[in-house]
Formats: sequence, C-alpha cells, structure tokens
Amino acid sequence: MIEFTFWDILRNLLFATRWTILLSIAAFVGGGAVGIVILFLRISKAKWLRRFASGYIALFQGTPLLMQLFLMFFGLPMLGFRIEPWTAAVLALTFFASAYLAEIWRSGVDALPRGQWDAGASLGLHYVQELRLIILPQAFSITRAPIVGFLVQLIKSTALTSIIGFEELLRTSNAINNATFEPFTVYGLVALIFFVLCYPLTQYARMLESRAAAH
Amino acid sequence: MGYSLDFGWLYEASGAIARGAAVTVMLIVVTTLAGTFISVLAAAGRRSGYRWLRLAITAYVEVVRNTPFLVQLFFIFFGLPSLGIRLDPILAAILAMTLNMAAYTTEIVGAGLDAVPAGQKEAALSLGLRPRQVFVKIVLPQALKVIFPALTSQIVIMMLESAVVSQIAVRELTYEADMLQARTFRAFETYFVVTMVYLGLSIALRRMLVSVGRRTLSAGVT
Repeated sequence: MIEFTFWDILRNLLFATRWTILLSIAAFVGGGAVGIVILFLRISKAKWLRRFASGYIALFQGTPLLMQLFLMFFGLPMLGFRIEPWTAAVLALTFFASAYLAEIWRSGVDALPRGQWDAGASLGLHYVQELRLIILPQAFSITRAPIVGFLVQLIKSTALTSIIGFEELLRTSNAINNATFEPFTVYGLVALIFFVLCYPLTQYARMLESRAAAH
Repeated sequence: MGYSLDFGWLYEASGAIARGAAVTVMLIVVTTLAGTFISVLAAAGRRSGYRWLRLAITAYVEVVRNTPFLVQLFFIFFGLPSLGIRLDPILAAILAMTLNMAAYTTEIVGAGLDAVPAGQKEAALSLGLRPRQVFVKIVLPQALKVIFPALTSQIVIMMLESAVVSQIAVRELTYEADMLQARTFRAFETYFVVTMVYLGLSIALRRMLVSVGRRTLSAGVT
C-alpha cells in the first residue's frame, strides 16, 4: 500500500497538467491552420464551396465533442491506421477547433464594411492580395477577444480526452482518486488547476473586449 | 483495410437509442427551466445592493466558467459524498448541468437586464408599480427578448455537453451508445448513428426554441 500525501497528489497532478497544456496548444495551432482553410472556403465566391464550409461548421457545432472523439478513436483504425489516444485527441480537437475558429473569423470578415473590398480592388489588388493585405488582418484583429474566449473553451474541452484514454490531467486524477479515495481533494485540485489555467485568459479576453468596445 | 460497415444491428437497437434520446431531452428540459430560473435570480442578485451577495455570485460564475463541465460533474458525483451529500447519478447530472448552465446564462441574462433602458423602470415606478412588479412585468420580458438568441445557443451547447453524463452511468443517449457498441462490436457505426441523432436533436431543439421565442416574446431570432 502506497501512502499518498497531499503533496504527492498535487505533484502528480501538476506533472499531468503539461499534457493538458500541450494538447491545448497542439489543437489550437492545428485548429488555426485548418480553420484558415475552412475560412477561405466559407467566404469563397463559389457557392458549393461556401455550402461545404457551412456544412462542416454546422456538423462540428451541432454534435457533441465526445462523439467526435469516439468517431476519431474508433473510425481511424478502420481505415488501417493504428491510433493512439494522443493522435485521436489531437485530430478530433483540431477539427473541432477549426470549425469554431473559422466561424469566429468569418464573423470578423462579415463585420468589415464592403468599402474595404472595393478600396482594395480599386488599388488593383487581386483577390488573394486583398484578403492577405486588407481583409484578414482586420478580421483577425477585431476577433481577438472571441478567439481567446474560445481558447478557454478548448482548454476545458481537453478534459474529455480522458474518456478515450489520453493521460491528461483528469485521467491522472481518476487514477489517483482510485488509489487514495479522496475524491473531494483530488477533483477540487483538478478544478483549481484548470481555473488557474483559464481564469487569466478569461480576464484577458474581457480586457480585449472592453478595449474594442471603447474604440 | 478490409473493414465493411454493417448497420444490420440498427433495427433492434432503435428502441434503446430512442430511450436514450428521451432521457437526453428530459435532462435538457429540466436543466433549461431550472437553470434559467436560477440565472434570473443570480443576475438580479448581482445587481442588488448586497455586496457579499454580489461577490458570491461573481465567484460562482467565474469558477464554473473556468473549469471543465466533466470535472464539475465528477466533483459533485464523487466528491460531495465525502461531505455526506450522496446523489443519484441522474440527480447529480441534473445538478451539475443546472449549475453549469446557470453560470453561463447569469452573464447572458445580466447583459439583457443592462440593455433595458433605465427610463422603462422609472416610467413603471412612476405608474405606481411595486419594484418586484417592475422587474417581473416590465424589465425581465424586455431583457429576455434581447437575449433570446444567446440563450438558445447556450441551451443547445448544454444539450451537446450533456453527452458526458454517461460517464457517471446516467442512461442517456451516449450511455446507450456505449452499451450498444459493447454488445455489437460495431463501435464506429454505433457512434456514427448516435452522432447523427444528436445532430438532429440540436437542429430540432434550435428550431423549436426559435419558434417558441417568436411566439411568446416576439423575439426576432433567426
């Protein structure tokens, strides 16, 4: 029988937190990259591309993330890939994040006055230049607050990957709880760690929002 | 490779899927009613003169919004019994969902209350309505009208998040899917079908809320 002191519990939890952070970063970066592609499709001139992108976004926003994780975890092996919980977690969270990020950026693009496009065109810029030099920088900058807000949601969402067996913070805490039978302390600490990760970002998003409102 | 999809089990499983979906719907209906009610009280309390009440509500909202729902659920289901509060899985799920949703909707309802012009309240008071009547009959309906789209989104999000209460063995849609895939060994097909059921539920829920909102609040939701 191994005795767990409070500090043992805390140390193990903090050690597992790096996987939560790493997964959040990987999904945020991956989601950003895929999200840009979805954004391009969503605002493209071809109707069927726009339709496809709206369908993609509606699908990921209209189904539970847990189901997306399960489908990734059980679906990829069928295509002949050997899949680890880490791979399934990163891929599922990447697609999940890409749908939300694309939708947030799209709202930024929509919020820009039509004149911005016209001014770009009148300067002789072609479509891609217009997007790169005029539209996207402004769209990114006015959506900074909701993007940070989504990052908080994404960090919280990583807890779901414990269910498909990825050893992040919550799964580690389940194991510690099974050994110590101190669920109140263990889950209380897990909540506290998530709070410490998320609260500064929430405040940052709030600050960005009030700054944007002041303009 | 060499895997072929098989949906032959679906016919026999439809009863279990329908039962699970019914429990999911029940959970979200109870949560919506209780959560909205609590959030109206909390949003009003946050705008009251009692400093400690305001601080307590702010702390509650921040803690819930900055921690994962699954952790809240485990804390309530596994953690509270050590304080002597032992809950049924279904009660624990309803409590966790309600507390989670109320934290988000407290902010939403609060924004709605702030959006009602002060003149509305002054006019009602000058007509001789009591403060409680002013809040219930004048301010709240206008606030709900403004926030109805945001409230609708939050309810749909909560319905999708309710999938994780399967982890404490509440027999809702995801739990039934877990049982089915364990029996049929058709994990991908099972979760695919159940995902589509969730998609249908979320579309139907949104449509229903929009039409209810249009009829009762004449809220211009699209």
